[in-house]
Amino acid sequence: MQIIPVLLGVSIVVFFMVRAIPGDPAQVMLGQQATQEQVQQVREKMGLDKPVFVQYGLFLKDALRGDLGDSTVTGRPVTTELLTRLPATFELTAFAMLVAVLVGVPVGVISAVKQYSLLDKTTSVLALTGISMPIFWLAMILVVIFGVNLELLPFPGRLGPTTAITSITGVVLVDSLITLNFAGFWDGLLHLIMPALALATIPMAVIMRMTRSSMLEVMNEDYVRTARAKGVVPWRVVFKHALRNAMLPTITVIGLQAGLLMGGAIITETIFSWPGIGLYVYQSVGSRDFPSIQGVVLYGALLFVLINLLVDVLYAVLDPRVRL
Amino acid sequence: MAEAQMQQDAGAASSVETRSRREDFLRAFFSNRLAMFGTVVMAIFIIMAVFAPLLAPYDPLDQNLPEKFDGPSLSHPFGQDELGRDILSRVIYGARISLTAGLAAVTLATVVGTLIGVIAGYFGRAVDSSLMRLMDVILAFPSILLAIIIVSVLGPSLPNAMLAIGIVFIPQIARVVRSGVISVRERDYIEAERALGASNTQIIFSGILPNSTAPLIVQATLTLATAILDVAALSFLGLGARAPTPEWGAMLTDAFRSGFGVFVQGQHAIIFPGIAIALAVLSVNFVGDGLRDALDPRRRG
Repeated sequence: MQIIPVLLGVSIVVFFMVRAIPGDPAQVMLGQQATQEQVQQVREKMGLDKPVFVQYGLFLKDALRGDLGDSTVTGRPVTTELLTRLPATFELTAFAMLVAVLVGVPVGVISAVKQYSLLDKTTSVLALTGISMPIFWLAMILVVIFGVNLELLPFPGRLGPTTAITSITGVVLVDSLITLNFAGFWDGLLHLIMPALALATIPMAVIMRMTRSSMLEVMNEDYVRTARAKGVVPWRVVFKHALRNAMLPTITVIGLQAGLLMGGAIITETIFSWPGIGLYVYQSVGSRDFPSIQGVVLYGALLFVLINLLVDVLYAVLDPRVRL
Repeated sequence: MAEAQMQQDAGAASSVETRSRREDFLRAFFSNRLAMFGTVVMAIFIIMAVFAPLLAPYDPLDQNLPEKFDGPSLSHPFGQDELGRDILSRVIYGARISLTAGLAAVTLATVVGTLIGVIAGYFGRAVDSSLMRLMDVILAFPSILLAIIIVSVLGPSLPNAMLAIGIVFIPQIARVVRSGVISVRERDYIEAERALGASNTQIIFSGILPNSTAPLIVQATLTLATAILDVAALSFLGLGARAPTPEWGAMLTDAFRSGFGVFVQGQHAIIFPGIAIALAVLSVNFVGDGLRDALDPRRRG
């Protein structure tokens, strides 16, 4: 249970970061157009007249209740702004992660089984190229090739201008299926392909490299040799004896990709005008909307820590040798 | 007793051994084709950066609006950007800015990270656990989010972006150095140095650091690759280099922000700066992978 001190540390960092901005924090939080009374009101609400420890306590209390102040741009609560945009970001990142795992793991396994084959060498270089490309460049190149030159895929946004979808969960693919709007589902899927591909490339490459190297390690273990020697069919050796054990490090890496996905989502959503939290971060950074930036960073770190905690738990479930 | 004898022998043979190890390392590194490719490309980029004013055919800031988005030609091999500037010249000057920024961030992370790692690993106990908890807090942030909040607070500029990225990478370096330090801390030769009256500082510099350099070099190289990408990403978010600076990430950003036309008429303005970033990062990654494989005999294939 080291997670509590770490989360407290995170909140302290975020708290003092925003306090470190030159000038009156209340003025900064409200923006330049705020009146004197508004500033005074916020000063009282933030407890700026109280000692700094009390201020931190108030900040923590509010944050735990989901109150992170109001956006200086829209005037609405930051939490509301984030929750409205969460489904769009969830749809994009979940789809990207799914693609990354579904491609990365099998390719990693094949590369390991056929080590030093042409396929192995090609995919290894491709994977290294994948993690060397700036994601915003990759996204722009996809637009150039598939969006403009080949006119195969639509962009920007989540849906074409003529497509309408009844919003239930906020996730386009789910909503359109529930309402049996197959045209809407198809349009949503087409819009999703390019941003998801841009976002999936780096995790895909990382997962592939990790699966390959842990498969190589496992394939040399005694129990795999024993299984082979007693005549277990090769695919069964690979999938049942080797892959199950090789997946453990891969799962850890998948958890760590969550952080990269958050960064990637900011860039991808900006390029494709995808109306999620990432685009909101980009806009907030541009307008120096500090309550929003603070909220995203705080919740982003919380989510990242929780995902990795989940990975640790999963690890213990899958590997009986690990005790929490 | 037998063990002590063996270590003595190892000590006597160490000068011979170091030499053959170095030869082994060089042979392993230079026989790795990808690592060689990376080294050559890095060398070309460094030459570009150093001799930019001699190599660039035009002034990277010279605008020529009537020739907006003119495609590659003999006089402008990479074409012209949204303000009619010569893209080749901007890519060449960009090597200076992007590589220096990445290098500065990694240097900061390496110096501070090594210091923290050595202190934590050497002194152990409370010092170790409090420093490592601090590192855990930094690691708890998704790296780009931490960089964003740091730069937002300090104010958007290239130096602040380098500082933020440097801070983000400190824990990775600190962890690598710390584990190297811990693995040699209890060895007999350190004990011997201490018995001879060496101070902590002397022991750290002569006995401990040299034995942690190999993993540190590998980590720093691989970090450089990520740092170059992150500098470009912060520039893209408007938190790093700003117009008209010919930084690779900023070049892509400026092209993107000039409007939808860039995707139709200005495709070369997207392609070339991106290739420069990808090639630089890829070559650093090749070198890093090559170093790791060459320094770790178990990984030699």
